[in-house]
Amino acid sequence: MTTTPLPEHPDWLWRNPEPRSSYDVVIIGGGGHGLATAYYLAKHHGITNVAVLEKGWLAGGNMARNTTIIRSNYLWDESAAIYEHALKLWEQLPEELDYDFLFSQRGVLNLAHTLQDVREGVRRVNANRLNGVDAEWLEPDEVAKVCPILNVSADTRYPVLGGTYQPRAGIAKHDHVAWALARRADEMGVDLIQGCEVTGFLKDGDRVVGVETSRGRILAGRVGLAAAGHSSVLAQRAGFRLPVQSHPLQALVSELHEPVHPTVVMSNHVHVYVSQAHKGELVMGAGVDAYNGYGQRGSFHVIEHQMAAAVELFPVFARAHVLRTWGGIVDVTPDASPVIGTTPIENLYVNCGWGTGGFKATPAAGLTFAHTIATGAPHPLNAPFALERFTTGALVDEHGAAAVAH
Amino acid sequence: MLLISCPWCGPRDETEYHYGGQAHVPYPETPADLTDEQWAEYVFYRDNPKGHFAERWMHSLGCRRWFNVLRDTVSYDVLAVYRLDEPRPELPTLRDLHQTAEAAGGNR
Ligand SMILES: Cc1cc2nc3c(=O)[nH]c(=O)nc-3n(C[C@H](O)[C@H](O)[C@H](O)COP(=O)(O)OP(=O)(O)OC[C@H]3O[C@@H](n4cnc5c(N)ncnc54)[C@H](O)[C@@H]3O)c2cc1C
Ligand SMILES: [Zn+2]
Repeated sequence: MTTTPLPEHPDWLWRNPEPRSSYDVVIIGGGGHGLATAYYLAKHHGITNVAVLEKGWLAGGNMARNTTIIRSNYLWDESAAIYEHALKLWEQLPEELDYDFLFSQRGVLNLAHTLQDVREGVRRVNANRLNGVDAEWLEPDEVAKVCPILNVSADTRYPVLGGTYQPRAGIAKHDHVAWALARRADEMGVDLIQGCEVTGFLKDGDRVVGVETSRGRILAGRVGLAAAGHSSVLAQRAGFRLPVQSHPLQALVSELHEPVHPTVVMSNHVHVYVSQAHKGELVMGAGVDAYNGYGQRGSFHVIEHQMAAAVELFPVFARAHVLRTWGGIVDVTPDASPVIGTTPIENLYVNCGWGTGGFKATPAAGLTFAHTIATGAPHPLNAPFALERFTTGALVDEHGAAAVAH
Repeated sequence: MLLISCPWCGPRDETEYHYGGQAHVPYPETPADLTDEQWAEYVFYRDNPKGHFAERWMHSLGCRRWFNVLRDTVSYDVLAVYRLDEPRPELPTLRDLHQTAEAAGGNR
């Protein structure tokens, strides 16, 4: 009998360096946004003396807990611009990073169940088209053609009255996206430091000059905050406030099934968003828990509510089982749009407030945040998303396009 | 599912309540004098602590009255329940932390 030798252990994708005593730029948070920021700092600005400090492990936060929906069909010009830019970057990243992270442009359907939904949907399609975002309005029979397992009969509690469809939208494999960015950032010289919690800030007056961490003091020319659900906690340590509330957000998967679901379906009204991953599991997101929470878990009744709606919309799901559920901590702003820009503390920059929908923005968040840190001023794409908008009143209200859904 | 004791009705499931965010945020006394920065603070900025948080809840499927809850935002434990006309209770001691949600509630 011959035995097949085990394959070689794959090469590690990044080094695990000891933190140095000082860097040009320190990024706090090793999720998708922190990693993308480091990648673009090195690639676009030639700044490679950079550390990404992550208290846990890379992508252990929302980055590998989200339902991976990528789309750019947001209502307002400011949002369409940054999310569409992200989508264009997604279209080139697998080649650029030389990593197939299963980016699949299988389209996203946003269902309408009420007359109000229909009006909002049609308005959004028109707005999207004016902004060069691919969007179509589908009548119920056309919805059924795109996703045959949907129940579009009139005989349901919330009948499908139509939907918006963005063919270029889709999903990607989130942890692989993080690893792809991490590998390239590491190759260009960025130190990715896991197990390193930032506990405080070193300041000289109103200027930040470094951070205190669980692995000692690290000096920094500039500091970028990309800590998602923990942004408020860190801002408070640095001495300023953010208009952000942290909430639990949950998701779940079924066991593996034959391919039954060809696209991504979202319904703000009945709180369902679902796709089928490449391996075969149905991936579904639930709503946020109403209360503030940092526990990375939510209430079961939220899951129950979401499953009831899913089974009504997709009768075949009644035979599926929930394999596991989990939660993340999402950082929600009053207008459901992110904050990317300067802070009241000199040399300290913030990227946060992506709430329930920042995975799709990962490349554009990284690109614009890197630009802001490198030049000290926002990129045109993130200028509308400054903290100052809460004082001037120039909000970018995306509750209709973002809501709980993604 | 949280178990919250309404000060008037006693312990009920979280699904009977409506969440109201941070407690003790009074309407500005002299609104006409506020700067844009102060209005922004009042309208858009709320505390978001990791740990103890004083927050408002409303018993929407019961007596429909608002009240305050002191809750831990990491363990989600309800630490104290008090009426709107009562001050925020002193931080509970360790022993208090281990009492049941029902015992933490007000009069039934
Ligand atoms: C269940 C769920 C479903 C979602 N679905 C979608 C979706 O379908 N589409 C979409 O676009 N978005 C979705 N999102 C939102 C998306 O995941 C987030 O907006 C996005 O991941 C946030 O950016 P990030 O990846 O950098 O965050 P994270 O991965 O959370 O990164 C932040 C990191 O900061 C670290 N950190 C915190 N404090 C410190 C400290 N003191 N020191 C050092 N490090 C620290 C954390 O450990 C964490 O790793 C979903 C989120 C959840 C929870
Ligand atoms: Zn009551």
